[in-house]
Amino acid sequence: MTDVSPDRGAAGGQHHPLTGDLTEEDRATITRNSSVYVYEAPVRLWHWINAAAILVLCVTGYLIGRPLPSVEMSEATHQFVFGYIRFAHFAAAMIMTVGFFGRIYWSFVGNHHSRQMFKLPLLNRHWWAEVWDEARWYMFLNKRPKKYVGHNPLAQVAMFFFMTVGMTFMIVTGFAIYAEAEGAGSLLETVLGPLRDLVGGSQTMHQIHRLGMWAIVIFMIIHIYAAIREDIMSRQTMVSTMISGTRTFKDDDPD
Amino acid sequence: MSEPVPEIETFYDVMRRQGITRRSFMKYCSLTASALGLGPAFVPQIAHAMETKPRTPVIWVHGLECTCCSESFIRSAHPLAKDVVLSMISLDYDDTLMAAAGHAAEAAMMDTIEKYKGQYILAVEGNPPLNEDGMFCITGGKPFVEKLKLAASDAKAVISWGACASYGCVQAAKPNPTQATPVHKVITDKPIIKVPGCPPIAEVMTGVITYMLTFDRLPELDRQGRPAMFYGQRIHDKCYRRPHFDAGQFVEEWDDDGARKGFCLYKMGCKGPTTYNACSTVRWNEGVSFPIQSGHGCIGCSEDGFWDHGTFYDRVTDLTQFGVEANADQIGVAAAGVVGAGVAAHAAISALKSAQSKTQTKPTQSKEEA
Repeated sequence: MTDVSPDRGAAGGQHHPLTGDLTEEDRATITRNSSVYVYEAPVRLWHWINAAAILVLCVTGYLIGRPLPSVEMSEATHQFVFGYIRFAHFAAAMIMTVGFFGRIYWSFVGNHHSRQMFKLPLLNRHWWAEVWDEARWYMFLNKRPKKYVGHNPLAQVAMFFFMTVGMTFMIVTGFAIYAEAEGAGSLLETVLGPLRDLVGGSQTMHQIHRLGMWAIVIFMIIHIYAAIREDIMSRQTMVSTMISGTRTFKDDDPD
Repeated sequence: MSEPVPEIETFYDVMRRQGITRRSFMKYCSLTASALGLGPAFVPQIAHAMETKPRTPVIWVHGLECTCCSESFIRSAHPLAKDVVLSMISLDYDDTLMAAAGHAAEAAMMDTIEKYKGQYILAVEGNPPLNEDGMFCITGGKPFVEKLKLAASDAKAVISWGACASYGCVQAAKPNPTQATPVHKVITDKPIIKVPGCPPIAEVMTGVITYMLTFDRLPELDRQGRPAMFYGQRIHDKCYRRPHFDAGQFVEEWDDDGARKGFCLYKMGCKGPTTYNACSTVRWNEGVSFPIQSGHGCIGCSEDGFWDHGTFYDRVTDLTQFGVEANADQIGVAAAGVVGAGVAAHAAISALKSAQSKTQTKPTQSKEEA
């Protein structure tokens, strides 16, 4: 997204580079209204279902590696405590996986904001300048952040590495472990079994899957903090945007 | 095995010569069939093979190892190791079990190689160290790796007995000073069947041999080259303590009530869920018991590199891939702690900064008002 459009300079009276994944269309909307429809319903729905699934996965996943103290309510035959914890983990994993595939599908049919988390414009100099600008804002060096309709460039980096790459990693390693219970000859085991040999066996695969969980936990800390902070300190809405889908701007300055 | 070697007697001949009745022979065939997990329909097939096929010559060599594989092997009950050694195979060379020693023993090996080129099975217990030209393991005055290559060159197939031959075991554990190397990385041009475990289960060892003799081919192997019939499932999948696992009833201490009641050993670090072997079904010592039944978790001895997978007594084990010994939880909690503290500090500075900018703007406003 480069600043080459001739009529934009004429319309705005001055040259303002487009920020983030802002388009001319978005800019036109902002000049008329103070809000833009960014996250379509399937994206919002996916976000919250995914968030709930990840929460369940982290809690149950932690407990699968380090189970709760033993409970003895009745004979083992009539008790299924750890079984339910594992069931919740697998069920949430299935929901997360299906949701992730649905989200990938939506990136093809949804609006252009829905594609932002799946790619990084690494060859775009302007984008790198915005990464630096946003970093300066987080280092308290810029007094005023830029306006962003979609993710700001730092958020885009985080989304790409923790969600797009991170979730793929968790889905692949998770199913490589799940394949063991499916057993030899099953489709999952045939496809993902060799991956366990590659990393050094089932035990190692369990450990790197667990390490992946901690990466997701770290993402959750940063993500929730940044969303709330930006909601308060940036020039646009954050938290409510993921509920209503509209990004509302607090000022009408053009850049 | 496919081409007959007339100068060797059939299994049946040898058994009859030892005074075994036809009836006992058929019983033995039935037992072998069930030990291999085959139906009664296979009994006549086994009997037929035993009656018509010549015994297979076997050369059994020992590299860097502790002989626990041999110790296990001689305790096989179904079939009895005695039957295997005396009737089924022609164990022409095994420096641990044979009566001959020294030059006579080495001559026996050379004789077998010469006489049965391409027809004998090479069973390897232990592995060759490759560092210093293999000088860390000398047998018959030569580095073991040379003997292994010589014996393998004319073998029909190679059996890698135990974790040593299959994966390297303790002598190949980091940092592996002698560069002990599993057999399949040294012998690359022969069919190799891995029978891992430290040691492998006796019945699994004799079962593999019986299968090879009966059906004239290697048993179905899995991705890693192990016989699928014995290594197709995890110990956890058939563990008799599995209901306690699903119930969430765990042993928490070695001497607690759960331990006495035979609860699941998962929290004590049992590696059953990550170990492929037949211990929970075939068991040991004529099916008497296996580690979990005896109250100790599985240590995962039939898995690749089991010595390098961290402690035997925790499910969350060290990841040595990062150069430091730390488990996922230690790394994760430390990283999350640093990030959490960073976020808290950042939030505090953000709040201070915004408070500061508000107080700075106030006086200007009041001035303007004035």
